Amino acid sequence: MAKNNSLHPNSNGETDDSPNMLVYRKMEDVIARMQDEKNGIPIRTVKSFLSKIPSVFSGSDIVQWLLKNLCIEDQVEALHLGTLMAAHGYFFPISDHVLTLKDDGTFYRFQTPYFWPSNCWEPENTDYAVYLCKRTMQNKARLELADYEAESLARLQRAFARKWEFIFMQAEAQAKVDKKRDKIERKILDSQERAFWDVHRPVPGCVNTTEVDIKKSSRMKNPHKTRKSVYGLQNDIRSHSPTHTPAPEAKQPTEEELREQIKFWQAQLDRHRLKMSKVAESLLSYTEQYSDYDPFLSTPDPSNPWISDDTTLWEMEASKEPGQTRVRRWGFGIDEVLKDPVGREQFLKFLESEFSSENLRFWLAVQELKRRPIREVPTRVQEIWEEFLAPGAPSAINVDSKSYDKTTQNIKDPGRYAFEDAQEHIYKLMKSDSYSRFIRSSAYQELLQAKKKGKSLISKRLPAVVQSC
Amino acid sequence: MACQGLAKGETTNTLKAESESLKAKLEEERAKLHDVELHQVAEKIDALGQFVMKTRRTLKGHGNKVLCMDWCRDKRRIVSSSQDGKVIVWDAYTTNKEHAVTMPCTWVMACAYAPSGCAVACGGLDNKCSVYPLSLDKNENLAAKKKSVAMHTNYLSSCSFTNSDMQILTSSGDGTCALWDVESGQLLQSFHGHSADVLSLDLAPSETGNTFVSGGCDKKANVWDMRSGQNVQSFETHESDINNVKYYPSGDAFATGSDDATCRLYDLRADREVAIYSKDSIIFGASSVDFSLSGRLLFAGYNDYTINVWDVLKGTRVAILFGHENRVSTVRVSPDGTAFCSGSWDNTLRIWA
Repeated sequence: MAKNNSLHPNSNGETDDSPNMLVYRKMEDVIARMQDEKNGIPIRTVKSFLSKIPSVFSGSDIVQWLLKNLCIEDQVEALHLGTLMAAHGYFFPISDHVLTLKDDGTFYRFQTPYFWPSNCWEPENTDYAVYLCKRTMQNKARLELADYEAESLARLQRAFARKWEFIFMQAEAQAKVDKKRDKIERKILDSQERAFWDVHRPVPGCVNTTEVDIKKSSRMKNPHKTRKSVYGLQNDIRSHSPTHTPAPEAKQPTEEELREQIKFWQAQLDRHRLKMSKVAESLLSYTEQYSDYDPFLSTPDPSNPWISDDTTLWEMEASKEPGQTRVRRWGFGIDEVLKDPVGREQFLKFLESEFSSENLRFWLAVQELKRRPIREVPTRVQEIWEEFLAPGAPSAINVDSKSYDKTTQNIKDPGRYAFEDAQEHIYKLMKSDSYSRFIRSSAYQELLQAKKKGKSLISKRLPAVVQSC
Repeated sequence: MACQGLAKGETTNTLKAESESLKAKLEEERAKLHDVELHQVAEKIDALGQFVMKTRRTLKGHGNKVLCMDWCRDKRRIVSSSQDGKVIVWDAYTTNKEHAVTMPCTWVMACAYAPSGCAVACGGLDNKCSVYPLSLDKNENLAAKKKSVAMHTNYLSSCSFTNSDMQILTSSGDGTCALWDVESGQLLQSFHGHSADVLSLDLAPSETGNTFVSGGCDKKANVWDMRSGQNVQSFETHESDINNVKYYPSGDAFATGSDDATCRLYDLRADREVAIYSKDSIIFGASSVDFSLSGRLLFAGYNDYTINVWDVLKGTRVAILFGHENRVSTVRVSPDGTAFCSGSWDNTLRIWA
């Protein structure tokens, strides 16, 4: 087999593993397995009336093969994958322009590797014109142009009016060459050529699988590999396509960069790591704790607005009176209180009742400082300093001397992170002290007792019938 | 002089060797603490039942591929951007379009909703990130109030407001991420370390944290300290571009979606990859990932037009959702977790619940 596609190492020993190529390689591996003599799909020649249909297999054959060999459990999934492979042009229905897979007796044929997408085809309209033109020169009914093809041909004739004579000549020459071929061979090649154009000039309404993500296309590693000429109209010079820029030479890292890298690895080595068993337990317990709050796992009370078309859930959440489930969540950790506006309010109220709200107010002020435009920061830093940390501050907070000294330095050149150390210290203090008192307080406990009649219903999602739509 | 050149070459080679041996040592250290697999520990919890997830709303209106979307904190509005240059704000619940802006460039690859709900940010091939305040007056021309905030030297791949309308974090094809002050357009911090396009970023969901994670075409996922601009942790196990990164809700881990057709979970405390979500039958790249509220489910959109739903802890797939007719480019769970939205190259957005 000619292995002149870009999936195999070039002379430098580099394989092209750009995203597109990666997928093509995987599909081609599947195709290779499908074509395997022992375990592949049986290809046969079918007798039909007075003629033979060479080299075909049925849609069902493909589906069955995929189910068995790719460990797919579901026929729908196998059909979907097969349709994608057909849409990329790896096999095609012999009697249809629309490249889709049907799980029935419809006949399919493999595409020749020459036309595989991994060859980076970008055929020009002049080639398409030659192709359509030569199709009109053939008498067979089965090769008649479809409506959309006839329309395309008309458009191309207008666009290439001046060089139409040249195109016509090329078409004639191609048609002549085709006629000389063996009848069976010709059937196969004709269908493969048609399938190639079905990929690159798809039926209107069908997905064009050759469309690329612009973020990836500009990094094609082998711009020289782009093939543009199907019928040898151009000199087949590997000209650059507008979206292709030559891949930059792999830069050798500089000495400085290497030193930075070494510093980085050393810092990483010094990191304290947790054992996987501990980490796993932590992940499990987090999801367990929050599964009652996950609408995909536990039906929300009263209902999920998207499913029931009833927005009561959102209205309840917007109200200032927090429901029991919401209050319970505040007990999971200080962050839950801090991120819920109602939680913050209740926490603040509690601390005010104890005349110890300055810590929380400081913490909130610093959070707010970081949200301001940079222009307002210096003034705000000064205000916070005056209120909470300056000698004789009205809401004096207690921070350790190290943080205090650092902060004193920071405010001389006030930035958004001027109070970072102090804030961290205060956060730890609140977490270990004020927060636990809040959760144990009667104020919190009262909120926790359901104000609503009866307990909140949190029902686990019932096992249900198959998914999707 | 010849001998100086030789010395320099030797130094570079020695340094390179040292760097590589340190990297290998790091992998060894990481592996030492790998005493069990996540899915093994997860054997003791119940399997999830079968899910009924359906398209509950279909949003039609874009004239070309939908590339990005973001939820408003009100849990029902969304902003979406498209290859045709349009940015649309929808009330996804009613499917009404509320605002539309036409950008001067095509391929608007990034868009984000401001925390206040009063503005949206977007950008793409124009290499910029611009902020548009949303006016209550439907007749007002939004484009007139546009504010250019970020300037990169290549396409804008992703943008996100921090906890404030006043700062935006961006990632770009120029290989960097950057933090910007919206009001002045000033660059507050830049983040260098990726050796290729950065495709995605996500802010850590912490009240106190100042970190974010980014993923790119260099196959690396990097964790950054926003204050210092330093790369504090790095992971490189994917075999191709990382298209999307998202934090696990606790902030202790994050997931990635890649062109190598896998999604992976990395834990910051274990300092390694802890799970791979893949199947033989999934051969197209994962473009976008997001967690359900508890972190138990991972929704991933793929270039094969499907959305696969993974059990994060057990590592199995619990559902495959068909419906889109072209690549799924973006998947985001709503702020209260009641639904997720998918955007596709088939020009539509779908809300699933």
